[in-house]
Amino acid sequence: MDVLHSGIIQTFFLILISATFTDNILLTRFLGMCSCLGVSKKVDTSLGLGLAVIFVTTCTAAINFLVYEFLLIPLGIAYLKLIVFIIVIAAFVQFVEMVIERVSIKLYFSLGIFLPLITVNCAILGTSLFMLNKPYSLLQAFAFGLGSGLGWFLAITIIGGIREKVNEASVPRGLEGPGITLIIIGIMALAFVGFSGMIKI
Amino acid sequence: MLYAIFISVGFLAACGGFLAAVLVVAEKKILNYGPCNLDINAGERELTVDGGSPLLSALAENSIFIPSACGGRGSCAYCKLKVLEGAGFVGPVEEPHLTTEELETGVRLSCQVKIRNDLKIEIPKELFAVKHFRAKLIEKEMLTYDIAGLRIELIEPQTIDFVAGQYIQLESEEYKGREAVMRAYSISSVPSDNRHIELMVRKVPEGICTTWVFDYLQEGKALYFSGPYGEFHLSETDAPIIFIAGGSGMAPIWSIIQKMVEEGIQRNSVYFFGALTQKDLFYADELNKIADSSEWFKFVPALSREPDDSDWQGERGLITDVVKRYFPDTSAHEGYLCGSPGMINACISVLIEGGMPEEKIYYDKFA
Ligand SMILES: Cc1cc2nc3c(=O)[nH]c(=O)nc-3n(C[C@H](O)[C@H](O)[C@H](O)COP(=O)(O)OP(=O)(O)OC[C@H]3O[C@@H](n4cnc5c(N)ncnc54)[C@H](O)[C@@H]3O)c2cc1C
Ligand code: FES
Repeated sequence: MDVLHSGIIQTFFLILISATFTDNILLTRFLGMCSCLGVSKKVDTSLGLGLAVIFVTTCTAAINFLVYEFLLIPLGIAYLKLIVFIIVIAAFVQFVEMVIERVSIKLYFSLGIFLPLITVNCAILGTSLFMLNKPYSLLQAFAFGLGSGLGWFLAITIIGGIREKVNEASVPRGLEGPGITLIIIGIMALAFVGFSGMIKI
Repeated sequence: MLYAIFISVGFLAACGGFLAAVLVVAEKKILNYGPCNLDINAGERELTVDGGSPLLSALAENSIFIPSACGGRGSCAYCKLKVLEGAGFVGPVEEPHLTTEELETGVRLSCQVKIRNDLKIEIPKELFAVKHFRAKLIEKEMLTYDIAGLRIELIEPQTIDFVAGQYIQLESEEYKGREAVMRAYSISSVPSDNRHIELMVRKVPEGICTTWVFDYLQEGKALYFSGPYGEFHLSETDAPIIFIAGGSGMAPIWSIIQKMVEEGIQRNSVYFFGALTQKDLFYADELNKIADSSEWFKFVPALSREPDDSDWQGERGLITDVVKRYFPDTSAHEGYLCGSPGMINACISVLIEGGMPEEKIYYDKFA
């Protein structure tokens, strides 16, 4: 079946689910690892960063799609996509930071410290770049962004939960911190690889 | 080919410029909190400032200068103030600098508190007297191989009111990739000469401000500082005094001793000056002259690394041992100490051991 050309709603959900599970950006592509290792110590910080990533990934995927289609391609400078995408993401994050600061101080203080981390989160740049590998429409790019964000959120929250439990147990000295976390991520990645091939796009 | 380069460079520049412009406009529009009221010390002073800026700079714009050594980056913790109402959440930059007790009483780093609404704050009275000065270096003289004496003439405002023992914050300028910083230096001149101040600055290897003072600040150049700050000054009692300070730590003590001479305050005092060798001594002639011509003052320089066979007639050994030898019993004295934290801590334990109550020991740590 040609997924990209079946019904709009169906495509949307298929792309969403495939980006979340079968092509999980954190567990199958290992992107966004530095902020994941740094922040996944507790579930609530993981939740905060995860939510921020969902929001920014989704929006920047859509914005970058438009920039690519309507500016970079017509001007014949598609090879600049990497640097342009980074600038767009950085500016967008700054903008979101301002809006959050104004709208909800509480959210700003619980989430605000994560926002600058996001600018350098490669999962977000990765999403914008990977979406160009498929002939997506705007709506499909949006679904892909949302799915990637959800996938990253899901992965970091689960890792956070496991790490909270693991920290209560006694971990061998040399494995504490990033060591045991990488092992956990590896085992989880194995589990997620089990989804691969479920949906083909 | 040329065309392609032109397009790509032009596009990147336009893209960056456009986004920067959007962000600047957005910041003006979105983060505009309008005018906010600052209530200082329960109605003692009221200010109206533009919301959105940090408390520290908003106060500075209104000529209230809170000490600050890091320029508002949240690393020096000099800028602590009590914010009673309206400060909002404690951010991750502030938290490590505040004790549980301070958190409970509303102490905050004023450089990190952003004004978003009306605030009620408390500012220690002395800080109202702090001003920002434009001045001119009129003399730079090497007192020893690593300590320079600076004489500074005030230009705007023309005079300064301070108590002997207080310090100012000197503002260094940018040079060779080092940023502009503020550093504390005690005033070594007397309050009665209120159109000048003098400083004693010891060179710290690789130090940002001291390198500027030694290599870039020339006689005749303009400089800026704020002050006076600090609680270090002579008490109002008649108790005999033990002064202890070496190196540039002499600055506030020299100011106090000159003031005592000038005003005829004849409290029994001994000044212990700790140094390594004779090369580190300065102002010894002046101090000896005061000691010779008065009953109440004694000057005791002590050298810890002077070669055994030199012509040195005075005390030898660590300053702590010398103090202990002169005053096994310190219970009736007051102690005034200045210098490095290590030296001060060691001297405090010696004085307490001799029976001096802790609240009678006054000090400024040059940290
Ligand atoms: C209340 C107060 C009064 C002071 N009065 C005087 C004074 O009268 N005369 C004077 O010379 N200094 C005085 N100081 C110290 C002065 O404020 C600076 O800390 C010092 O001059 C170093 O500044 P810098 O920018 O050159 O060095 P920085 O660039 O800040 O420091 C460079 C390195 O040197 C270390 N360092 C910092 N200070 C010292 C020091 N004093 N000795 C050894 N290593 C140091 C730092 O840890 C750092 O690693 C006073 C400090 C305080 C708090
Ligand atoms: S000014 Fe240095 S911490 Fe606030």
